[in-house]
Amino acid sequence: MIWQLDLAILTLVVIVGIGAITVKDLLGAAIMFGAYSFMMCLLWSIMGAVDVAFTEASVGAGVSTVFFVAAVFRTTRRTKD
Amino acid sequence: MGDFIQALVAKYNYWIYITLMMIGLYAMIAKNNLIKKIVGMNIFQTAIILFYVSIGVKKGGTLPIIEHGHGAHSHVVHAVDYINPLPHVLMLTAIVVSVATLGVALALGIRIYNRYHTLEEDEILSQIREK
Amino acid sequence: MKITGLIIAVLTGALLIYATADFPAWGDPASPASTHVSPRYIEKTIEETAVPNMVTSVLADYRGYDTMFETTVIFSAGVACFLLLRIFRREEPEERLYRHVLTGVTIHVKKGGKLPPSDDFERIDTEWTPHDLIIKTMCRLLIPFIQLFALYVIAHGHHSPGGGFQGGVMLGASVIVLAMSQDLRTAVRRLREKVDALLCATGVFIYAGTGALCLLLGADFLNYRALAPLLNVDPIMARSHGIFIVEIGVGIAVMATMIWIYSNVSSSGKYDEGL
Repeated sequence: MIWQLDLAILTLVVIVGIGAITVKDLLGAAIMFGAYSFMMCLLWSIMGAVDVAFTEASVGAGVSTVFFVAAVFRTTRRTKD
Repeated sequence: MGDFIQALVAKYNYWIYITLMMIGLYAMIAKNNLIKKIVGMNIFQTAIILFYVSIGVKKGGTLPIIEHGHGAHSHVVHAVDYINPLPHVLMLTAIVVSVATLGVALALGIRIYNRYHTLEEDEILSQIREK
Repeated sequence: MKITGLIIAVLTGALLIYATADFPAWGDPASPASTHVSPRYIEKTIEETAVPNMVTSVLADYRGYDTMFETTVIFSAGVACFLLLRIFRREEPEERLYRHVLTGVTIHVKKGGKLPPSDDFERIDTEWTPHDLIIKTMCRLLIPFIQLFALYVIAHGHHSPGGGFQGGVMLGASVIVLAMSQDLRTAVRRLREKVDALLCATGVFIYAGTGALCLLLGADFLNYRALAPLLNVDPIMARSHGIFIVEIGVGIAVMATMIWIYSNVSSSGKYDEGL
């Protein structure tokens, strides 16, 4: 395990996580959440949890983002916060 | 000071996981929009899954897949050489369950939108009070 | 509310950071989590199940009971989505829209009217957006490879990362890609809603049925050693094959649930054009 890489991705995860809940557009939040999930997947592959990383790459970054986009498409992009 | 640096090196991972969990918890409590709340819920979930997976990490351990698995019974497997697979198993299923619960949460959100034509919590509450 | 939320989150975080003082150091091989149950799984997996990937053997064999109910939870989530959103519209809409594929002319068919018998028309909704030719063609080309890789992931889960959950999600994603690149009606024509719901239940049934079969053959629930006479292999290989059967069940259930949730969420239960 390379701790520099680990720290860099952990910082990115926190930044993207804060971004996902502060951006003032729900479609943006959905895409930010996809990026967050992908960072998470990288973090798990660094830790050696390959099965978990694979699941997160297909489920979190793939299907969840599609669900979010579908829900935003069926409702509204507007958000006050 | 030396103790603090030592603790920082040993535990900084845990502290960042807790920060992520705080972000999720804050979004679930304080955000006004229902989709934002769901995003917060998912961040909370992944932070906890991250914590669980990190419990299984062993310094100097390799992936939990035994090399030359096909009938090679000759070499002895030592538990110290491999990462703990148990947290991986529990969290793998948890991730797939989290996407299923996400689907249910979004379905509820769509139902609420169809009825009140808004996803903002305060607007929904004021519409409920008017009735 | 914002201030209260911030205070609660920070207090919880501070409490948890205080609790990390008692944790073992990060990545410590001598931590309690790594010294109690898991060494047995790591050391005995080849000997007892002939599966090199420990995650698969623990998932479907040692802790198979746990995974069975996780699959049931996924199935119930699919059913919950269906019950929450699905709208069965019995009455005919005022007018239906059809688009002539070759010329792009849209015709309005009034209530009770009939379309000339031809294959050149496709049913559309009020807002028709043109399908992008590049995306449509690329997705058409990619889908078989995605599905092939998904089957590989399910079948090769014993020796490499992968298994029923990942492969099932990828199979589901391939159908979702079809539904996104064209429209939901095309995807539903390939995989009907009823078939999808039945597949969803079939996956859980395969899992629970394998367990019940072991019970019938005189062993414990989900003890695949009992399948040895049926599969005509020794008990250790029987455990390996039992894991494979269960993974297929998980894959089918997860695939069907992902498609089911997607088609309900993306069309908010109307099963029209979708995303």
